[in-house]
Amino acid sequence: MVQILAFYLFAIVTCVSGVLCVTARNPVHSVLWLILAFFNAAGLMVLVGAEFIAMLLVIVYVGAVAVLFLFVVMMLDIDFAELRTGFARYLPLGIALVALLAAEIIFAESAWNAGGLSLSGTAPTPETVPNIQALGILIYTRYLYIFEGAGLVLLVALIGAIVLTHRKRGDVRSQNVSHQNMRRPQDATRNTQPPVGQGVEL
Amino acid sequence: MIGLTHYLTVSAILFGTGVFGIFLNRKNLIIILMAIELILLSVNINLVAFSAYLHDLVGQVFAMFVLTVAAGEAAIGLAILVIYFRSRGTIAVDDVNRMKG
Repeated sequence: MVQILAFYLFAIVTCVSGVLCVTARNPVHSVLWLILAFFNAAGLMVLVGAEFIAMLLVIVYVGAVAVLFLFVVMMLDIDFAELRTGFARYLPLGIALVALLAAEIIFAESAWNAGGLSLSGTAPTPETVPNIQALGILIYTRYLYIFEGAGLVLLVALIGAIVLTHRKRGDVRSQNVSHQNMRRPQDATRNTQPPVGQGVEL
Repeated sequence: MIGLTHYLTVSAILFGTGVFGIFLNRKNLIIILMAIELILLSVNINLVAFSAYLHDLVGQVFAMFVLTVAAGEAAIGLAILVIYFRSRGTIAVDDVNRMKG
């Protein structure tokens, strides 16, 4: 009973915060709604026993991607009100298309489901090992190359993002490491013996 | 009783919401990227639900790969957005005509 309640709670909050994410007036609010949607989707995944994916969702999305979005939204000086012009114009077409799409998907799955199939509540994990261990065994054996390919994708994304956004700026005083390393004490310091009552000239 | 259909319905609604967001915020590139994230989240819910339904962990492995690609896509997308904003001073999608495609 409590699982059914939890499912409906997570499902409704996910859907509502998704809608609020795309319709919010302020992009910062949009990002926060997105975070809420991801948290509740993680809850949905915990309910079917995919706790590792749920933790990944929280760590990767809430911890990294959403924070990245927040940074970009707050860093750029954009007139968001101006970007919302045409909102009402696109609304009817958007609603019509999406209603069609959602009706199609829901109809297709109910038709597919007509054969009396039901989702069992347990995870596809063997009884004796935890979900993370079972997933690890699968990743590091059968899907090792794909897993390494995923790491490569992340590396390319990392380098690409740095290369794209890096720029040489003329107006900053940057560090010159070789110059610093070549500096010797005799160039940098001098001994003086100032008489009493007179300071040193710097 | 919560069945596979319930999960697929949630996933369908989220997918629809993402597509709706792309239609609604045609000018705001940031919201479009967030809508794409919503779409990928719905795909993940689908994969995990079928993984539980079919008693096969491969669905969860693939959900992980989708997650990876989504993170990379967000990073690259936002980087392109930042350099675009730097050179043009706007992120309106309608003004993206630099490559004359």
